[in-house]
Amino acid sequence: MAIRSLKSGTFSRSGMVGNPVIMPGSYESIATVTVSSATSSITFSSIPSTYTHLQIRGITRSSSANNYDNIWMRFNSDTNSNYASHYLAGNGATADAYAWSSETQIRSFYTAGGTASSNVFSVSVIDILDYANTSKYKTTRHLNGFDNNATGTGDYAKGTLVLSSGLWRSTSAVSAIEFTINGGVNFTQYSSFALYGVN
Amino acid sequence: MAKTYTPIATQTLSAAAASVTFSSISGAYTDLALVITPTIPTGAYDILMRVGNSTVDSGTNYSVTRLSGTGSAANSTRSSNQSGMFCTYYGYPTSTNPSITTINLMNYASTTTYKTMLIRSNNASAGTEAIVGLWRSTAAINIITISLDASTNFSSGSTFTLYGILKA
Repeated sequence: MAIRSLKSGTFSRSGMVGNPVIMPGSYESIATVTVSSATSSITFSSIPSTYTHLQIRGITRSSSANNYDNIWMRFNSDTNSNYASHYLAGNGATADAYAWSSETQIRSFYTAGGTASSNVFSVSVIDILDYANTSKYKTTRHLNGFDNNATGTGDYAKGTLVLSSGLWRSTSAVSAIEFTINGGVNFTQYSSFALYGVN
Repeated sequence: MAKTYTPIATQTLSAAAASVTFSSISGAYTDLALVITPTIPTGAYDILMRVGNSTVDSGTNYSVTRLSGTGSAANSTRSSNQSGMFCTYYGYPTSTNPSITTINLMNYASTTTYKTMLIRSNNASAGTEAIVGLWRSTAAINIITISLDASTNFSSGSTFTLYGILKA
Protein backbone atom coordinates (compact mmCIF):
# COMPACT_ATOMS: atom_id res chain seq x y z
CA MET A 1 0.00 0.00 0.00
CA ALA A 2 1.52 3.32 -1.03
CA ILE A 3 1.18 6.28 1.30
CA ARG A 4 1.77 9.83 0.01
CA SER A 5 3.13 12.43 2.38
CA LEU A 6 1.04 15.62 2.27
CA LYS A 7 4.08 17.55 3.47
CA SER A 8 6.78 16.31 1.13
CA GLY A 9 4.82 14.62 -1.62
CA THR A 10 6.98 11.53 -1.37
CA PHE A 11 5.60 8.01 -1.38
CA SER A 12 6.30 5.37 1.21
CA ARG A 13 5.05 1.87 1.92
CA SER A 14 3.67 0.19 4.98
CA GLY A 15 6.06 -2.35 6.57
CA MET A 16 3.53 -4.34 8.54
CA VAL A 17 3.46 -8.13 8.42
CA GLY A 18 1.46 -8.61 5.26
CA ASN A 19 2.91 -5.76 3.27
CA PRO A 20 6.13 -4.72 1.60
CA VAL A 21 8.60 -2.89 3.75
CA ILE A 22 8.31 0.74 4.73
CA MET A 23 10.69 3.45 3.65
CA PRO A 24 13.40 4.31 6.15
CA GLY A 25 12.77 7.12 8.55
CA SER A 26 9.36 5.97 9.73
CA TYR A 27 10.43 2.89 11.72
CA GLU A 28 12.17 3.35 15.05
CA SER A 29 13.59 0.96 17.62
CA ILE A 30 12.07 1.58 21.07
CA ALA A 31 13.34 -1.16 23.38
CA THR A 32 14.72 -4.70 23.45
CA VAL A 33 14.61 -7.45 26.05
CA THR A 34 17.08 -10.31 25.64
CA VAL A 35 17.04 -13.22 28.05
CA SER A 36 20.43 -13.85 29.63
CA SER A 37 19.13 -16.43 32.12
CA ALA A 38 15.82 -18.29 32.08
CA THR A 39 12.84 -16.09 32.92
CA SER A 40 9.08 -16.61 33.02
CA SER A 41 7.95 -13.29 31.53
CA ILE A 42 9.17 -10.54 29.26
CA THR A 43 7.62 -7.08 29.60
CA PHE A 44 7.75 -3.77 27.78
CA SER A 45 6.45 -0.91 29.94
CA SER A 46 6.03 2.86 29.65
CA ILE A 47 5.55 2.54 25.89
CA PRO A 48 5.20 6.04 24.41
CA SER A 49 1.96 6.77 22.55
CA THR A 50 3.67 8.86 19.88
CA TYR A 51 3.69 6.23 17.12
CA THR A 52 0.92 5.05 14.81
CA HIS A 53 1.59 1.34 15.15
CA LEU A 54 3.90 -0.98 17.05
CA GLN A 55 5.81 -3.95 15.72
CA ILE A 56 7.49 -6.63 17.84
CA ARG A 57 10.07 -8.94 16.35
CA GLY A 58 11.16 -11.88 18.46
CA ILE A 59 13.01 -15.17 18.72
CA THR A 60 11.95 -17.57 21.46
CA ARG A 61 12.42 -21.00 22.92
CA SER A 62 10.86 -22.41 26.08
CA SER A 63 12.38 -24.58 28.80
CA SER A 64 9.43 -26.98 28.89
CA ALA A 65 9.45 -30.72 28.29
CA ASN A 66 7.47 -30.12 25.09
CA ASN A 67 8.46 -29.68 21.46
CA TYR A 68 6.41 -26.48 21.35
CA ASP A 69 4.38 -24.21 23.62
CA ASN A 70 1.87 -21.39 23.35
CA ILE A 71 3.06 -17.84 24.01
CA TRP A 72 0.55 -15.57 25.72
CA MET A 73 0.38 -11.79 25.40
CA ARG A 74 -1.31 -9.31 27.75
CA PHE A 75 -1.69 -5.56 27.65
CA ASN A 76 -1.48 -3.06 30.52
CA SER A 77 -1.49 -5.86 33.15
CA ASP A 78 -5.16 -6.58 32.34
CA THR A 79 -5.83 -10.13 33.60
CA ASN A 80 -9.58 -10.04 32.99
CA SER A 81 -11.34 -12.07 30.29
CA ASN A 82 -11.03 -9.36 27.66
CA TYR A 83 -9.05 -11.18 25.01
CA ALA A 84 -9.83 -13.27 21.92
CA SER A 85 -7.60 -15.07 19.41
CA HIS A 86 -7.83 -16.79 16.00
CA TYR A 87 -5.18 -19.08 14.51
CA LEU A 88 -4.61 -20.33 10.98
CA ALA A 89 -1.87 -22.89 11.44
CA GLY A 90 0.07 -25.16 9.11
CA ASN A 91 1.96 -28.14 10.53
CA GLY A 92 3.37 -29.56 7.32
CA ALA A 93 0.51 -32.02 6.96
CA THR A 94 -2.71 -30.07 7.53
CA ALA A 95 -3.96 -26.50 7.62
CA ASP A 96 -5.98 -25.96 10.80
CA ALA A 97 -8.05 -23.11 12.24
CA TYR A 98 -8.67 -22.40 15.92
CA ALA A 99 -10.46 -19.71 17.90
CA TRP A 100 -10.64 -18.69 21.56
CA SER A 101 -12.80 -15.99 23.14
CA SER A 102 -13.18 -14.31 26.54
CA GLU A 103 -9.76 -15.43 27.69
CA THR A 104 -7.33 -13.72 30.03
CA GLN A 105 -4.68 -13.37 27.32
CA ILE A 106 -4.11 -13.31 23.59
CA ARG A 107 -2.69 -16.60 22.36
CA SER A 108 0.05 -14.98 20.39
CA PHE A 109 2.02 -17.79 18.78
CA TYR A 110 3.76 -21.15 19.15
CA THR A 111 7.35 -21.24 20.35
CA ALA A 112 9.88 -23.99 19.99
CA GLY A 113 9.94 -25.96 23.24
CA GLY A 114 12.73 -27.39 25.33
CA THR A 115 12.73 -30.74 23.53
CA ALA A 116 12.93 -29.27 20.04
CA SER A 117 16.26 -29.87 18.33
CA SER A 118 19.16 -27.99 19.87
CA ASN A 119 19.63 -24.40 18.67
CA VAL A 120 16.15 -24.24 17.09
CA PHE A 121 14.20 -21.09 17.99
CA SER A 122 10.84 -19.85 16.77
CA VAL A 123 10.60 -16.40 15.24
CA SER A 124 7.70 -13.94 15.25
CA VAL A 125 6.60 -10.62 13.86
CA ILE A 126 3.64 -9.04 15.67
CA ASP A 127 1.83 -5.86 14.62
CA ILE A 128 -0.29 -3.88 17.08
CA LEU A 129 -2.23 -1.45 14.93
CA ASP A 130 -3.45 1.93 16.17
CA TYR A 131 -2.28 0.93 19.65
CA ALA A 132 -2.67 4.42 21.18
CA ASN A 133 -6.24 4.99 20.01
CA THR A 134 -8.59 5.57 22.95
CA SER A 135 -11.86 5.12 21.07
CA LYS A 136 -11.65 1.56 19.80
CA TYR A 137 -10.57 -1.94 20.79
CA LYS A 138 -7.10 -3.14 19.80
CA THR A 139 -6.57 -5.79 17.11
CA THR A 140 -3.25 -7.50 16.57
CA ARG A 141 -1.80 -9.70 13.85
CA HIS A 142 0.97 -12.24 14.14
CA LEU A 143 3.22 -14.16 11.76
CA ASN A 144 5.19 -16.87 13.52
CA GLY A 145 6.90 -20.16 12.99
CA PHE A 146 9.58 -22.65 13.77
CA ASP A 147 10.93 -25.50 11.70
CA ASN A 148 12.45 -28.57 13.32
CA ASN A 149 13.62 -30.29 10.12
CA ALA A 150 10.80 -32.84 10.34
CA THR A 151 11.92 -34.18 13.72
CA GLY A 152 9.74 -34.62 16.79
CA THR A 153 6.64 -36.53 17.74
CA GLY A 154 3.53 -35.29 15.95
CA ASP A 155 3.20 -32.93 13.02
CA TYR A 156 3.17 -29.71 15.08
CA ALA A 157 6.48 -30.66 16.69
CA LYS A 158 8.14 -31.04 13.30
CA GLY A 159 7.49 -27.46 12.27
CA THR A 160 4.61 -25.02 12.46
CA LEU A 161 3.65 -21.82 10.70
CA VAL A 162 0.96 -19.65 12.33
CA LEU A 163 -0.98 -16.68 11.00
CA SER A 164 -3.04 -15.32 13.87
CA SER A 165 -4.99 -12.35 15.12
CA GLY A 166 -5.80 -11.13 18.60
CA LEU A 167 -8.31 -8.77 20.17
CA TRP A 168 -8.08 -6.79 23.41
CA ARG A 169 -11.51 -5.46 24.30
CA SER A 170 -10.34 -2.18 25.77
CA THR A 171 -10.22 1.39 24.55
CA SER A 172 -7.16 2.16 26.63
CA ALA A 173 -3.95 2.99 24.85
CA VAL A 174 -1.47 0.12 25.01
CA SER A 175 1.32 1.22 27.34
CA ALA A 176 2.63 -2.16 28.52
CA ILE A 177 3.00 -5.58 26.88
CA GLU A 178 3.79 -8.80 28.71
CA PHE A 179 4.71 -12.16 27.18
CA THR A 180 4.49 -15.41 29.14
CA ILE A 181 4.39 -19.11 28.25
CA ASN A 182 1.47 -21.38 29.05
CA GLY A 183 2.19 -23.54 32.06
CA GLY A 184 4.41 -20.88 33.58
CA VAL A 185 7.60 -22.29 32.10
CA ASN A 186 10.58 -20.13 31.25
CA PHE A 187 11.95 -18.45 28.17
CA THR A 188 15.47 -19.82 27.61
CA GLN A 189 18.68 -17.90 27.15
CA TYR A 190 18.93 -16.03 23.83
CA SER A 191 15.16 -15.51 23.60
CA SER A 192 14.61 -11.90 22.66
CA PHE A 193 11.86 -9.42 21.80
CA ALA A 194 12.53 -6.09 20.09
CA LEU A 195 9.85 -3.37 20.09
CA TYR A 196 9.60 -0.89 17.22
CA GLY A 197 7.40 2.13 16.56
CA VAL A 198 5.97 2.73 13.08
CA ASN A 199 4.69 6.08 11.76
CA MET B 1 14.60 6.70 19.40
CA ALA B 2 16.89 5.42 16.68
CA LYS B 3 15.48 5.18 13.18
CA THR B 4 16.09 1.85 11.48
CA TYR B 5 14.84 -0.39 8.61
CA THR B 6 17.84 0.74 6.59
CA PRO B 7 18.31 -0.10 2.88
CA ILE B 8 21.59 -2.02 2.56
CA ALA B 9 21.66 -2.85 -1.14
CA THR B 10 19.38 -3.04 -4.15
CA GLN B 11 19.86 -4.95 -7.37
CA THR B 12 17.65 -4.37 -10.39
CA LEU B 13 18.56 -6.69 -13.22
CA SER B 14 19.47 -4.90 -16.45
CA ALA B 15 19.83 -8.28 -18.17
CA ALA B 16 18.59 -11.78 -17.44
CA ALA B 17 20.60 -13.52 -14.72
CA ALA B 18 20.53 -16.96 -13.13
CA SER B 19 21.17 -15.70 -9.63
CA VAL B 20 21.58 -12.62 -7.48
CA THR B 21 24.04 -12.47 -4.59
CA PHE B 22 24.36 -10.11 -1.64
CA SER B 23 27.81 -10.56 -0.12
CA SER B 24 29.88 -8.99 2.66
CA ILE B 25 26.66 -8.26 4.56
CA SER B 26 27.37 -6.32 7.71
CA GLY B 27 26.65 -8.09 10.99
CA ALA B 28 25.66 -4.83 12.62
CA TYR B 29 21.90 -5.32 12.37
CA THR B 30 19.49 -7.52 14.32
CA ASP B 31 17.34 -8.78 11.44
CA LEU B 32 17.47 -8.62 7.67
CA ALA B 33 14.49 -8.19 5.36
CA LEU B 34 14.85 -9.18 1.71
CA VAL B 35 12.16 -7.97 -0.70
CA ILE B 36 12.14 -9.45 -4.20
CA THR B 37 9.82 -9.03 -7.19
CA PRO B 38 11.18 -11.27 -9.95
CA THR B 39 9.72 -12.50 -13.20
CA ILE B 40 11.15 -15.29 -15.36
CA PRO B 41 11.18 -15.71 -19.18
CA THR B 42 9.05 -18.85 -19.37
CA GLY B 43 7.52 -21.50 -17.16
CA ALA B 44 6.96 -21.41 -13.41
CA TYR B 45 9.78 -22.19 -11.02
CA ASP B 46 10.25 -21.82 -7.29
CA ILE B 47 12.61 -19.28 -5.78
CA LEU B 48 15.53 -20.85 -3.95
CA MET B 49 17.67 -19.10 -1.32
CA ARG B 50 21.04 -20.20 -0.01
CA VAL B 51 22.91 -18.45 2.77
CA GLY B 52 26.30 -18.81 4.39
CA ASN B 53 29.33 -17.26 5.95
CA SER B 54 31.79 -16.14 3.25
CA THR B 55 30.53 -18.90 0.93
CA VAL B 56 26.96 -20.07 0.46
CA ASP B 57 26.04 -23.41 1.99
CA SER B 58 24.88 -25.97 -0.59
CA GLY B 59 24.68 -28.79 1.93
CA THR B 60 21.39 -30.40 2.92
CA ASN B 61 20.94 -28.06 5.88
CA TYR B 62 17.69 -26.35 4.92
CA SER B 63 14.07 -27.16 5.72
CA VAL B 64 10.71 -25.42 5.43
CA THR B 65 7.13 -25.70 6.64
CA ARG B 66 4.49 -24.00 4.49
CA LEU B 67 0.91 -22.76 4.85
CA SER B 68 -0.60 -22.09 1.44
CA GLY B 69 -3.86 -21.04 -0.14
CA THR B 70 -4.67 -21.83 -3.75
CA GLY B 71 -8.08 -20.25 -4.13
CA SER B 72 -9.82 -23.58 -3.68
CA ALA B 73 -8.07 -24.99 -0.61
CA ALA B 74 -5.70 -24.28 2.23
CA ASN B 75 -2.92 -26.75 2.78
CA SER B 76 0.34 -27.25 4.60
CA THR B 77 3.44 -29.00 3.32
CA ARG B 78 6.99 -29.63 4.46
CA SER B 79 10.43 -30.18 2.92
CA SER B 80 13.39 -31.30 5.04
CA ASN B 81 17.11 -31.83 4.47
CA GLN B 82 17.13 -29.69 1.33
CA SER B 83 20.19 -28.13 -0.34
CA GLY B 84 18.48 -24.74 -0.46
CA MET B 85 15.52 -22.95 1.09
CA PHE B 86 12.41 -22.96 -1.07
CA CYS B 87 10.86 -19.50 -0.71
CA THR B 88 7.80 -20.21 -2.86
CA TYR B 89 5.39 -23.05 -3.48
CA TYR B 90 2.38 -21.44 -5.14
CA GLY B 91 3.77 -17.90 -5.01
CA TYR B 92 6.32 -18.58 -7.75
CA PRO B 93 7.18 -16.11 -10.53
CA THR B 94 6.08 -16.46 -14.13
CA SER B 95 6.75 -14.38 -17.22
CA THR B 96 3.81 -12.08 -16.59
CA ASN B 97 3.27 -12.28 -12.82
CA PRO B 98 6.11 -11.32 -10.51
CA SER B 99 6.41 -13.25 -7.30
CA ILE B 100 6.09 -10.69 -4.53
CA THR B 101 8.21 -12.28 -1.84
CA THR B 102 9.45 -10.92 1.49
CA ILE B 103 11.98 -12.87 3.56
CA ASN B 104 12.66 -11.99 7.21
CA LEU B 105 16.04 -13.37 8.32
CA MET B 106 15.80 -13.09 12.08
CA ASN B 107 18.86 -12.90 14.33
CA TYR B 108 20.97 -13.55 11.24
CA ALA B 109 24.30 -12.60 12.84
CA SER B 110 23.92 -14.90 15.85
CA THR B 111 26.66 -17.45 16.36
CA THR B 112 24.73 -19.43 18.99
CA THR B 113 21.44 -20.33 17.32
CA TYR B 114 20.25 -21.91 14.08
CA LYS B 115 18.65 -19.36 11.75
CA THR B 116 14.88 -19.34 11.36
CA MET B 117 13.26 -17.24 8.66
CA LEU B 118 9.72 -16.08 7.91
CA ILE B 119 8.72 -15.82 4.27
CA ARG B 120 5.61 -14.44 2.58
CA SER B 121 5.20 -15.09 -1.13
CA ASN B 122 2.41 -14.29 -3.51
CA ASN B 123 1.35 -14.92 -7.09
CA ALA B 124 -2.27 -13.90 -7.42
CA SER B 125 -2.81 -16.21 -10.39
CA ALA B 126 -1.56 -19.25 -8.49
CA GLY B 127 -1.64 -18.81 -4.73
CA THR B 128 -0.35 -17.17 -1.60
CA GLU B 129 1.59 -18.56 1.31
CA ALA B 130 3.57 -18.10 4.47
CA ILE B 131 6.65 -20.22 5.04
CA VAL B 132 8.97 -20.77 7.98
CA GLY B 133 12.45 -21.91 7.05
CA LEU B 134 15.41 -23.24 9.01
CA TRP B 135 19.12 -23.14 8.20
CA ARG B 136 20.86 -25.56 10.52
CA SER B 137 24.02 -23.60 11.21
CA THR B 138 25.24 -21.38 14.02
CA ALA B 139 27.39 -19.36 11.62
CA ALA B 140 26.53 -15.72 11.11
CA ILE B 141 24.98 -15.05 7.72
CA ASN B 142 26.97 -12.63 5.59
CA ILE B 143 26.15 -13.88 2.11
CA ILE B 144 22.77 -14.61 0.45
CA THR B 145 22.19 -16.01 -3.03
CA ILE B 146 18.78 -16.08 -4.69
CA SER B 147 18.20 -18.37 -7.68
CA LEU B 148 15.55 -20.66 -9.15
CA ASP B 149 15.09 -24.39 -8.74
CA ALA B 150 15.81 -24.94 -12.44
CA SER B 151 18.47 -23.81 -14.87
CA THR B 152 16.69 -20.71 -15.95
CA ASN B 153 17.11 -16.99 -15.46
CA PHE B 154 15.40 -14.18 -13.67
CA SER B 155 14.18 -11.67 -16.26
CA SER B 156 15.54 -8.20 -16.76
CA GLY B 157 13.78 -5.75 -14.46
CA SER B 158 13.55 -8.18 -11.53
CA THR B 159 14.31 -6.35 -8.27
CA PHE B 160 16.03 -7.52 -5.09
CA THR B 161 16.38 -5.19 -2.09
CA LEU B 162 18.01 -5.97 1.24
CA TYR B 163 17.16 -4.01 4.42
CA GLY B 164 18.73 -4.07 7.87
CA ILE B 165 16.71 -3.73 11.08
CA LEU B 166 18.51 -2.79 14.29
CA LYS B 167 17.00 -3.25 17.75
CA ALA B 168 17.36 -0.67 20.50
